[in-house]
Amino acid sequence: MSIASKLKEAMVGLKAGCVTLDYPAQPRPVAENFRGRPIFDAQKCIGCAGCANNCPAREILVLDVCQEIRILKYLGRRCTYCGRCAEVCPEKAITMSHEYETATNRIGDLRQRLELFMSTCQRCGRCFKESSPLEQLKLKGYRFDDLENERWIFRSRSYLESEPVVEDIQIELD
Amino acid sequence: MLKNLCQKMFGRSLWVYHANSGGCNGCDIEVLNVLTPYYDVERFGIKLVGSPRHADVMLCQGPAMRATARALRCAYDAMPSPKLVFAIGGCACGGGIWHDTYAVLGPVEKVIPVNFYIPGCPPRPEAIIYGVAVATGLVDKKVAPVEFKQLEMPIPRYHPEDLRGQGEMVVYEKVEKL
Repeated sequence: MSIASKLKEAMVGLKAGCVTLDYPAQPRPVAENFRGRPIFDAQKCIGCAGCANNCPAREILVLDVCQEIRILKYLGRRCTYCGRCAEVCPEKAITMSHEYETATNRIGDLRQRLELFMSTCQRCGRCFKESSPLEQLKLKGYRFDDLENERWIFRSRSYLESEPVVEDIQIELD
Repeated sequence: MLKNLCQKMFGRSLWVYHANSGGCNGCDIEVLNVLTPYYDVERFGIKLVGSPRHADVMLCQGPAMRATARALRCAYDAMPSPKLVFAIGGCACGGGIWHDTYAVLGPVEKVIPVNFYIPGCPPRPEAIIYGVAVATGLVDKKVAPVEFKQLEMPIPRYHPEDLRGQGEMVVYEKVEKL
């Protein structure tokens, strides 16, 4: 190790300069196509729930509290910022912002909640698939037998397992 | 209160332990990126240590898995008090994409208490530095919950006062206002 090589090393060190970013003091802009936190525009949202159907992390929840009000919740905990909700939104109500400084000490700070008025479908009353066959019958226009309690009354007792089935045949024969 | 405690207890430097309990290695790379000369976090006194017994802060990546939840809890118990836990990435904050599968128990807060959340998949190195800066009180957090409630049914209507002549015709059209 000669002094010349030491000097050369010092020159290289001086030429390199300082590359460290002064980040929390200075803002750091992101690229144009960067996808940050999705922002929901409540004025444009029509409540179609397409974003909830397409979210791979199941992080957008849709709740119907009554016939007219639909609540759309974005929780944002495990959101991967994939942008599928923004892509599928027919009204372009979701935009992927450039916001990435989302560190927080309460996980609830990431939540966005929209409470929207929904129209009622003239034919089915509610535009989503009902689970049970009885509910599907109700959608097709069949009425309840017992209107006050909203229940069907069956003549056959074969639905009750404890009752003997033999008598039901008798009823049908009658 | 937590902020005051942080400033009092962790005023000088934070030694961080880096625990991956089943993540995909994306957040690990971002955490290592934070230690590179570009985002040099050693200027805040943050140092990566190899053992939880030396650490003040645990950086959790990945969800709490069925196989690693116990080890994560042991690592947390081995850290001397006072201790902070940072959940880094969408998996540690909320369970990740596979939050409902057999092997994944859920977010790490199901196993250990979490003090700070840094969501993202993976979070940018700046986001991690921002989380550390929030914890040490250098900057304030930017996010807040958003709640919106419609008070009126938003139907565009016909307004008779908006009749307007257009050539020989009178136009009566639906307008966007309520």
